Amino acid sequence: MDRQKDVLLDIQHLHTAYRLSGKFYDAADDINLTLKKDEILAIVGESGCGKSTIAASIIGLYDHKNTKVTGDILYKELNLVGLNENLFDKIRGNNIGMIFQDPLSSLNPLMRVGDQVAETLYYHTEMNEQERHARVIELFNQVGMPKPEEMYAMYPHELSGGLRQRVVIAIAIACKPEIIIADEPTTALDVTIQAQILDLLEDIQRQSHSGIILITHDLGVVAETADQVAVMYAGQIIEKADVKTIFGHPLHPYTRSLLNSMPQADDEEAADLHVIQGTVPSLKNMPRTGDRFAARIPWIPASAHESKPVMHEVAPGHLVRCTCYKEFHFQDQPAQEGAGA
Amino acid sequence: MWKTVLRRFLIMIPQLIILSMLVFLLAKMMPGDPFTGMINPNSDAREIARLRQAYGLNDPWWVQYCRWVGNMFHGDLGQSYIQHVPVASLIWDRAVNTFWLSLLTVLLTYSIAIPMGISAGRHQDEWQDQAIQIFNYITFAVPGFVFYILGIWLFSFTLGWFPISGSVSANASGFWGVLGSRLYHMILPAILYALITTTTIVQYLRTGIVDNKVEDYVRTARSKGVPENVVFHKHILRNSVLPIVAFLGNTITGLLSGSMIIESVFSYPGMGKLFLDSISQRDYTTLTALILLFGMLTLLGNLISDILLSIVDPRIRVK
Repeated sequence: MDRQKDVLLDIQHLHTAYRLSGKFYDAADDINLTLKKDEILAIVGESGCGKSTIAASIIGLYDHKNTKVTGDILYKELNLVGLNENLFDKIRGNNIGMIFQDPLSSLNPLMRVGDQVAETLYYHTEMNEQERHARVIELFNQVGMPKPEEMYAMYPHELSGGLRQRVVIAIAIACKPEIIIADEPTTALDVTIQAQILDLLEDIQRQSHSGIILITHDLGVVAETADQVAVMYAGQIIEKADVKTIFGHPLHPYTRSLLNSMPQADDEEAADLHVIQGTVPSLKNMPRTGDRFAARIPWIPASAHESKPVMHEVAPGHLVRCTCYKEFHFQDQPAQEGAGA
Repeated sequence: MWKTVLRRFLIMIPQLIILSMLVFLLAKMMPGDPFTGMINPNSDAREIARLRQAYGLNDPWWVQYCRWVGNMFHGDLGQSYIQHVPVASLIWDRAVNTFWLSLLTVLLTYSIAIPMGISAGRHQDEWQDQAIQIFNYITFAVPGFVFYILGIWLFSFTLGWFPISGSVSANASGFWGVLGSRLYHMILPAILYALITTTTIVQYLRTGIVDNKVEDYVRTARSKGVPENVVFHKHILRNSVLPIVAFLGNTITGLLSGSMIIESVFSYPGMGKLFLDSISQRDYTTLTALILLFGMLTLLGNLISDILLSIVDPRIRVK
């Protein structure tokens, strides 16, 4: 019962389909995820695998005409799928905060940054103007902005990328949301700034005990910050486990290939990076039957794949799609064979 | 903010000097002089030469230029060769007429164009947008004079709702009678002219809204829980009107320069018609004064645009 109380977000059988020339295609296909209090859940995968689609579905920001969302996204007792827009406006920014990828474009160029943070407070709190101003200053201090009073009156173009991302974070945490969704929060930033922003996110999470969904393609970021990891490929989750298991004992061929293609600073032999053959299929051309990753590991016999791959719980809390992991080995790199099995 | 204005103002000074020199030299290069028209078989060549000397036409061009500029500062734009009245008073009468017609046109233009642009942008690709696009194609493709003449034929000639030409009827009397008659004469040209000029504004506004509504900062605003209609008016619309503000200055100065086509089609005694008439009658003093005035108005319009833009867009303010 106590465990159940800690669950902030329970996503079950989520399908998000986009309309392309008249037909709907699932960009997120049967997603099951839970986010608990005090937890950073990382969703990892290549571009176009459906990570941001999940974020957009949770917060209800998608083109309603050309998108079909089915399944359940339970925020505590409340189902966010198909939720009335007026009700959703009370949740967005208040219970769920969102941090976006590109701080250069995610702030209104014509508004002072302080006012953009205060706008969130205006819609979700009873504060008057002075109180809002004071709270923005407090938030600017919290996200580590120098000279917060001066910063309040600045326009986005007067701030560096890192500072703008701090403003975006201040917007997201202004109302102390229980859930923070960070969609590639560091991708557009310099490496040194990236580390600062990640530290800041961890600080915020420790202080507020909120749950954070961290969407990224950067495994380094995952290793550094996440507690739980969901690896996605072509719209599906293909492996789910805690961060230690994912990095120490990865099973799915895709997870292993991803890890293998990560540069190792201390490994001189790994000068040649592993490259995963092929690309993620486009939404229209995505195989809807069989193992979607099979086409990119053609040296694995077809018999190794399940005809309808499902998630198998191989250890408590460690789920992997398809049984092909049992027979997977890297091509032309026999030395690494068996690393995961 | 004030630095921006001051800097823009200082830039205008050399522009004005160059403009006035160009206008003056072009006028000088035109064949003949004020006395050419007076020459007839009985003219005394010595008398003409004496007049030329007396009026300083034998002086070097820069001396004449300085005298011309000096006179201008005293409000003296010279005499019209044709109408034999001071150019300044000629322009003043016409400018008043043009101002009222243009003001009515501009008010109509914006009150038609802004709701249309918003509607088209907001309902992109829906029937509202498509209807407005068709309207835009028509008003953009049909030449103004065809459109105006069709308008006169339909509303003035066939239906008889409006006068065909002029600015006031000869038998109007009393303050209200004259005002009513003036307004009555302006309605048709103003409406027709406004319909033609809406196209640009509608197109700019529509494109601005369509581009801005998919911007990241709009998504950020939505993620804050800002209600959709506030997102539209406070975030999307404010960013979409920037291009319109950019040519608002020229619209304001256009209040005085008027339109040659509409004024000549309607025989409306305004600046545009005066300009055309001075060209066809070779009334050089009037012509140079008008060209200089139009040039100055353009510079002033750009200045006003820049100032307005720097008020609404913090990105272009000079630090």
